[in-house]
Amino acid sequence: MADKPRSFQEIILRLQSYWAGQGCAIMQPYDMEVGAGTFHPATTLRALGSNAWAAAYVQPSRRPTDGRYGENPNRLQHYYQYQVLIKPSPPDLQDLYLGSLAAIGIDAEMHDIRFVEDDWESPTLGAWGLGWEVWCDGMEVSQFTYFQQVGGHDCKPVSGELTYGLERLAMYVLGVDHVMDMPFNDPQSPIPLMYGDVFKQTEEEYARWNFDVADTDTLLQHFKDAEAECARILAEPHDDPKTGKRIIMAHPAYDQCIKASHVFNLLDARGVISVTERQAYIGRVRALAKQCADAFVQTEAGGHAA
Amino acid sequence: MPDLLIELFSEEIPARMQKRAAEDLKKLVTDGLVEAGLTYAGAAAFSTPRRLTLSVEDLLAESKPVREERKGPKVGAPDQAIEGFLRGAGVARDDLEVRDDKKGQVYFAVIERPGRLASDVIAEVLDKTIRNFPWPKSMRWGSGTLKWVRPLHSIVCLMTDESGATLVPVDVDGITSGDFTYGHRFMSKGAISVTSFDDYEAKLKRANVVLRADERAEAIWQDASNQAFAQGLEVVEDKGLLAEVAGLVEWPVVLMGKIDEVFLELPPEVLQTSMKEHQKFFSVRNAKTGRIEQFITVANMETADNGATILAGNQKVLSARLADAKFFWENDLRVAKGEKMQPWLDAQANVTFHNKLGSQRDLIERMTALAKELAPAVGADPELAAQAAQVAKADLASEMVYEFPDLQGLMGRYYSEAAGLPAEVAVACEEHYAPLGPSDEVPTAPVSVAVSLAEKLDKLTGFWAIDERPTGSKDPFALRRAALGVIRLILANNVRLNFSDFIEDYAYVFVAFDFDKQEVPPQTGLDLLKQFDALLDNLGSNFDRANLIKEFTKNKIGELSEEARVYYFDKFVETRERLANLLTFFHDRLKVFLRDQGIRHDIIDACIAMPGNDDLTLLVKRARALSETLSTDDGENLIQGFKRANNILTQAEEKDGVEYSYGADIKFAEHDAEKALFKALDEADAVIKPAMEAEDFTTAMTAMAGLRVPIDAFFTDVQVNAESDVLRRNRLNLLSRIRSTCLAVADLTKIEG
Repeated sequence: MADKPRSFQEIILRLQSYWAGQGCAIMQPYDMEVGAGTFHPATTLRALGSNAWAAAYVQPSRRPTDGRYGENPNRLQHYYQYQVLIKPSPPDLQDLYLGSLAAIGIDAEMHDIRFVEDDWESPTLGAWGLGWEVWCDGMEVSQFTYFQQVGGHDCKPVSGELTYGLERLAMYVLGVDHVMDMPFNDPQSPIPLMYGDVFKQTEEEYARWNFDVADTDTLLQHFKDAEAECARILAEPHDDPKTGKRIIMAHPAYDQCIKASHVFNLLDARGVISVTERQAYIGRVRALAKQCADAFVQTEAGGHAA
Repeated sequence: MPDLLIELFSEEIPARMQKRAAEDLKKLVTDGLVEAGLTYAGAAAFSTPRRLTLSVEDLLAESKPVREERKGPKVGAPDQAIEGFLRGAGVARDDLEVRDDKKGQVYFAVIERPGRLASDVIAEVLDKTIRNFPWPKSMRWGSGTLKWVRPLHSIVCLMTDESGATLVPVDVDGITSGDFTYGHRFMSKGAISVTSFDDYEAKLKRANVVLRADERAEAIWQDASNQAFAQGLEVVEDKGLLAEVAGLVEWPVVLMGKIDEVFLELPPEVLQTSMKEHQKFFSVRNAKTGRIEQFITVANMETADNGATILAGNQKVLSARLADAKFFWENDLRVAKGEKMQPWLDAQANVTFHNKLGSQRDLIERMTALAKELAPAVGADPELAAQAAQVAKADLASEMVYEFPDLQGLMGRYYSEAAGLPAEVAVACEEHYAPLGPSDEVPTAPVSVAVSLAEKLDKLTGFWAIDERPTGSKDPFALRRAALGVIRLILANNVRLNFSDFIEDYAYVFVAFDFDKQEVPPQTGLDLLKQFDALLDNLGSNFDRANLIKEFTKNKIGELSEEARVYYFDKFVETRERLANLLTFFHDRLKVFLRDQGIRHDIIDACIAMPGNDDLTLLVKRARALSETLSTDDGENLIQGFKRANNILTQAEEKDGVEYSYGADIKFAEHDAEKALFKALDEADAVIKPAMEAEDFTTAMTAMAGLRVPIDAFFTDVQVNAESDVLRRNRLNLLSRIRSTCLAVADLTKIEG
């Protein structure tokens, strides 16, 4: 059994090397603001179509409403998720997952690891799946889902998705009570850094901006712009007049969907969206996600035969 | 005869689905076997988080051959007819036999179906069962198309008899049956081969899997109770949680831990809910103080450190959770004590109750008015009832209830107490939702009864007013439950209330509410609408809408446009019509409620037909007395006598075209039996009338049942249709007295049989 990791980053590095060892492509975070690792096109779009896929990556995620100025021991408006997506889901996915826990120092012989029913649904992505939240000694450490639908399309084959909330998992493994007190790098390093050294100030800055300062008129305009641009991109003919190639711009369109989703989250944090409007906004983002999914399955990566 | 063992081994099955799934497996497989002619002595199904298991004992090894003869068309019948018969019977033309029949020669088909081996039938039935399993939610996985609750990994399908075990080959989308299973996920390694159900269960136990859910539950409860007892404590019983936890583990390990001192000041219900909802912990209480001091968690794992690491982890998670709860509690108490819950009351204005029935604030205003109005009828102080209705929903805006919706009402009580409100008000906050389920206790404190009735009556009339009634199995707003709640509140507290008055009044309230939205002060709206009523009372059958609107216009509501007047008038009429059948709904619910108490529906119908049927307490009192009376010999026979009298009378009335309702005179009585009946009726009337006025139905009905003997004697000795017209008429008028005397008690024509 591996030694206990000593820092937040060591846990990330061990997960990266474990999943690389299982044959996953280790991808980098998507370069846009997203609410969860699922939004990365390596999950959302690649879960569609018939092509096999295996990827793992860290995804910085933003949930503006969860900001607590860095004071709450567990809540952050910016945090990291570790995401694994394998299609088709291998028969031993549960064992592979348990192997990843062992890799970061959770010895199954000493802990109580349980798969507790939790059905996953993303109303903004038009996606759902069945699976569990994984408990380690009563704490939720991961989300384990067999995708059934994404963007309104049935997933065939089915992808297995694993999502680890990295801060929470690391706090447990490292025995830390407040996220800001967690060693980011090795405490023995010449310059040891805590999570708080890296993120305490940014949590304060973003919490203030998210809740009180972000300009809602500008955001509302951004939402409309992203929505319009998404539709415009997808309305373009499949054949590119310049190169003469068939180029369906599913990814650029999906970027606009991601943008709209994040802007919606910011508007929500600003408290300018009423309960009834909320559903309508979610529906609008879902419509974009669905159109992007429709476009992606017509591309080669989406399983479309050339 | 062989036994059968089936196990379907999968990834973790949601705890809430396991029991039902085991039952479904048993039903589907055994039904399939029996349908194929394979009977058996017994069957039992089991479930753990990772498996469904079925054991069938003494199954027929082979189904019996079946021989069936079918009579076909006559020889010489058209080819079409013969071919149709061949298709139906599944035989060839050459196989037909020709036999002599009464009407000549006829074709006969002899169909023989050979017996089938049990293994063939089992394979077929199991395949079908797996493919059509009624999971509440199922999924695909990998590249397959098979659906199961979570990925299905392996199948055991074995037949065992004296000579040993035989594998029944099954292949469901590449998952083939075998004679091996797996033990505990972490405490057992590798496959385990099994030969019979007994062997299977024993080997699983050695591999740290307790197959039977009730055995796991029992073990958990025993161990938990013992550990608590050893420290002078007791486990708070929770059967639902016990069943759920037993479905989350294959090898239960009970661990007890302390709750950090700083959290013990939280209300015990908060501790209990927080621990149960999020962590599936049992609460452990100090029996002397009633305080919850420790918790029980059930792990699925034995460890080298005897669960120390597991317990420490769980304790840590619990502390984080309770730190949240404590934070909510302290914030809420500040609002309750410092601001008397006002911010919560203000917040209700922004919460929608229903888009056609306004905000939560609108609901509270209606409830307040109604609770105040109902208060005298339930013996409550109207001001207290109004005050309680005002704050009853305040806790819905508190942080604690936002986090734990199950605590609504209860937190209202704590916070009302903290706000220094009267005890009756605080109690009503907690009790006004009750009764929810049919076995829920019914509030008896007068203020609670007033607010609870107001809440439910508002809901019922409101949804009736907007035409959102339950239909068939659809009752999204739980209106049947609300009606049952009203019935139980009224009966348990002996509330005398004429429903119709309230229901009709409510037509104004809902129209006035709409009025309010048009920014006319509600009181103005209400007054104004009450004027409709006076007009409508004079409606009669001639409904002259235009004229009425004109009348209405004259009545100093000049500030409304003509259009608005028409709108409100129509709305009022429509609402009143919708509310008119709410009483029928109450009566239907009442029938269901009383049927469970053994009172027949026709007895209730006989009482509903009497005046004052909107007073449910009176109605039920009458029904109970009638039910009692009809269960006696006299009562039962009286009904026969009454019916005979009524039939003869009705026929005569139809034939003669007159109503015999008046003037039976004893001086025309010839027979002793006739005279005796006169006398008996006089005596009964003398008892019944005052008894009915005093609502002493038992006395009235006993007197009525006492008429049985004289009525029977009358019919034995006296010919009603006498030759003399005078005698006949007098006797018919006498029968009419029987009818009117009996109908004064209940409408006996509605009684069946």
